[in-house]
Amino acid sequence: MSKHHVSTTINGEPVEFLCETQQTMLDTLRDVLGLTGSKEGCASGDCGACTIILDGKIVCSCLMLGVEAEGKTITTIEGIAQGDHLHPVQQKFLEHAALQCGFCTPGFIVAAKALLDENPNPTETEARYWLAGNLCRCTGYDKIIRAVMDAAADMRGAAQ
Amino acid sequence: MNYLGTDLRVVGTRPVRPDGVDKVTGRAQFGADMVMPGMLWGKVKRSPHAHARIVSIDASKALKLPGVRAVITAADLPNIESEEAFVGEGPMNFRDLSRNCMARDKALYEGHAVAAVCAISQAICDEALELIDVKYDVLPYVIDVEDAMKDDAPVLHEDLFTANVEPKPTKPSNIAKRVYFNKGDVEAGFKQADVIVEGRYTTEPVHQAYIEPHACLCSYGADGQCTVFSSSQGHFMVRSYVAKLLGIDISNIRCTPAEIGGGFGGKTLVYLEPLALALSKKCGRPVKMQMTREEVFRASGPTSGATMEVKLGAKKDGTIVAAKHVLKYQAGAFPGSPIQPGCMCGFAMYDLPNIEVLGYDVVSNRPKVAAYRAPGAPIASFAVECALDDLARKLGMDPIEIREKNGAKSGTKTHYGPTHQNIGYLATLEAAKNSAHWKSPLKPGQGRGIATGFWFNIGGESSAAVHVAEDGTVVAVSGSPDIGGSRASIGMMVAEALQIPAEKVRTIVADTASIGFTHVTGGSRVTFATGMAATMAAEKVVDQLKQRAAMIWDITPDAVDWRDGQAFPAGTNAGAFEPLSLAEIALKAARTGGPVTSEVSVNAQGAGPGFGAHICDVEVDKETGQVTIVRYTAVQDVGRAIHPSYVEGQIQGGAVQGIGWALNEEYIYDKDGRMDNPGFLDYRCPVASDLPMIEAILVEVPNPRHPFGARGVGEVPIIPPMAAVGNAIRDAIGLRMASLPMSPPKVRKALDVANGDD
Repeated sequence: MSKHHVSTTINGEPVEFLCETQQTMLDTLRDVLGLTGSKEGCASGDCGACTIILDGKIVCSCLMLGVEAEGKTITTIEGIAQGDHLHPVQQKFLEHAALQCGFCTPGFIVAAKALLDENPNPTETEARYWLAGNLCRCTGYDKIIRAVMDAAADMRGAAQ
Repeated sequence: MNYLGTDLRVVGTRPVRPDGVDKVTGRAQFGADMVMPGMLWGKVKRSPHAHARIVSIDASKALKLPGVRAVITAADLPNIESEEAFVGEGPMNFRDLSRNCMARDKALYEGHAVAAVCAISQAICDEALELIDVKYDVLPYVIDVEDAMKDDAPVLHEDLFTANVEPKPTKPSNIAKRVYFNKGDVEAGFKQADVIVEGRYTTEPVHQAYIEPHACLCSYGADGQCTVFSSSQGHFMVRSYVAKLLGIDISNIRCTPAEIGGGFGGKTLVYLEPLALALSKKCGRPVKMQMTREEVFRASGPTSGATMEVKLGAKKDGTIVAAKHVLKYQAGAFPGSPIQPGCMCGFAMYDLPNIEVLGYDVVSNRPKVAAYRAPGAPIASFAVECALDDLARKLGMDPIEIREKNGAKSGTKTHYGPTHQNIGYLATLEAAKNSAHWKSPLKPGQGRGIATGFWFNIGGESSAAVHVAEDGTVVAVSGSPDIGGSRASIGMMVAEALQIPAEKVRTIVADTASIGFTHVTGGSRVTFATGMAATMAAEKVVDQLKQRAAMIWDITPDAVDWRDGQAFPAGTNAGAFEPLSLAEIALKAARTGGPVTSEVSVNAQGAGPGFGAHICDVEVDKETGQVTIVRYTAVQDVGRAIHPSYVEGQIQGGAVQGIGWALNEEYIYDKDGRMDNPGFLDYRCPVASDLPMIEAILVEVPNPRHPFGARGVGEVPIIPPMAAVGNAIRDAIGLRMASLPMSPPKVRKALDVANGDD
């Protein structure tokens, strides 16, 4: 079975890779490209630990095939910070202790960044529903929601 | 040294955790993230039957598939004799663990491993699994705990005779153990009672549901030296189990802890590591294995489901005079449910004259249970705290008042033996009573419930080291995998002892060859026991730094004071010297005796028990039966919060796991004994939109046995939620939901029955 050649853009850089037909985008990121920040918690689109941004929309990379990345633009957790300059969502996760084990954290941060890109001023309810596709088993979500709301406030302040 | 009552500058603050940036940027390496040159993938073939004799396993076709390197079955592993293990958390037998990792003779539950394969890709592994031909003789099975206790039930283990029964039974059965505690005379107590309540309660198995599936990468060298990289709650635990199960010298195994993506007790035993190492030995290449979510549900331990009966008797003034509790816990396929702590915890919050508790540990054709946060206690407390709520209602008493009246205090002798010392149960109730939540009015249609919980907390063996680097910065080394921020709390205690900022201490978790033995991260023991070792190591470093300063100044060490991270002459008699900073002393270390470093190992005793009280407000949709949590407050005696944010986080997270247990989570079996809902879509964990903020109120009754007064905090918060939610539902709709989960179909059904519509 021959592999497929895919040309895409990941975290702002052109990337070419070979993947198998049945290989998911998540497996491609992790096992072909060494981008292991995206996590597999379920492989069925229920936990959100593999969340990436695909052409501006969040998707579970476990529900997408590697070949579907052709010609697309992808952001993974590895592309959220600019060098050692953290994104406000990342900074607020640290300040609010919004992570315990940290396994779901990449998915939450990618999803929360996408939320704030689309809606800079979400209500708590909007944030909770946007992030309802991301499972966290450690925190009870309290500090995650606080971190996201605080990051939103910070970003609005910075934008003014 | 004991720091109680001293001014603290680091403990009690909220610095960013040392491993934080790695975890928000995707750089942290969890169990499945590591690769090695020449690495193969491994996967497990699992039984499709709940109970079956394995007649034959033929792997010849699989081995002919290009890319397949090895197949193992139980025949490739040592046949381990029965021997009690004191390695993980809770009871374990090496033989059972070995047979749980790989079935020998019989498959005892759907999902039980029967063979494993390694190949050059995951896809080839999957293909090979299909080609392994296993012939089964399918046997009758039993799932329900009370069915499993019947005389005519299918017997899982022909050599299992109920323990703690006189005379010893002549027939094998599924009842592994009987547990009995008695205090006073319970029947005489009930005769004095003015009011009696009774109830029968059931709970379903729930999974820890850590988001990271089990994963490991193992390599067996030709010289017998092995490396294991895996996600677990104790890399020393992994080392012990793997050594025993494969017959390897412990010192030949080096286990490196991966970051662990949640455990909650479920990663205090091994599943994949022995298989990966056995495959690696057979094929000579490193082998990586990771479970799918479906495998996690079907084959790794949930906690027990249970059937219980509770009876409470009280005088008119609310004094409880008799309490009885019968508990039947599912152990899964091998003995070892948390029945013992279950029998101890239900009444541990109370000072009662007459108590009788009877428990049974029962095997059935389900995955072997594993520890889950305060193992056994949440189940027991669901029954007791609901019954107590019914008792308070019957007496017309406030539910906090009845608990205060009968609450345990320092000096209360428990029904299982020990006497409580320095406990904060009444302080916790007081804080709950004074909370804004308890004083707030309810909206029409809402209900409010309160429930409490107790957990022992443990200490035990831990090791930690403190190294002063050449520039005066500090590395703290812990033997405990960091599951929820313990690097932060350990680093803070070290910083406090050295009187330097938390940011100057980098805390790491060392592998099994680089730090002394350390027991698992479980039992809420790390901040207590490993924190104690780390604090002592830091104090020894302070002693050394004082000696070095004394040497530099040519005075006696007694004449040196350590404060603000600097050495000072103790007084004017000591001499007039400028203070020496850590950096200045470190720079001169080579000339004053070499590196400044200390490692301390302890077997910590005196973990203070923890108590919690949770208040819950609900709304019940009478059309759908759906229960919504509208407000939730968790009060807990934490001794002393080292890093309050992570203490609150433990409490909030535990409460929400308990809410899931209360409202939605359960194992559902089909008519053939196969799990019907092995995924996050159908096994419904709470998500962000299900919940309000969870208010955590920290009560601090210091534990005098810890340098800073800390108590374990991780386990208590999962104990009260099921009863708190149940009591709130009772308050809202007037019905006692005695069967978990209190899911929409069950609530709807109860409403229909009450309305005569059923």
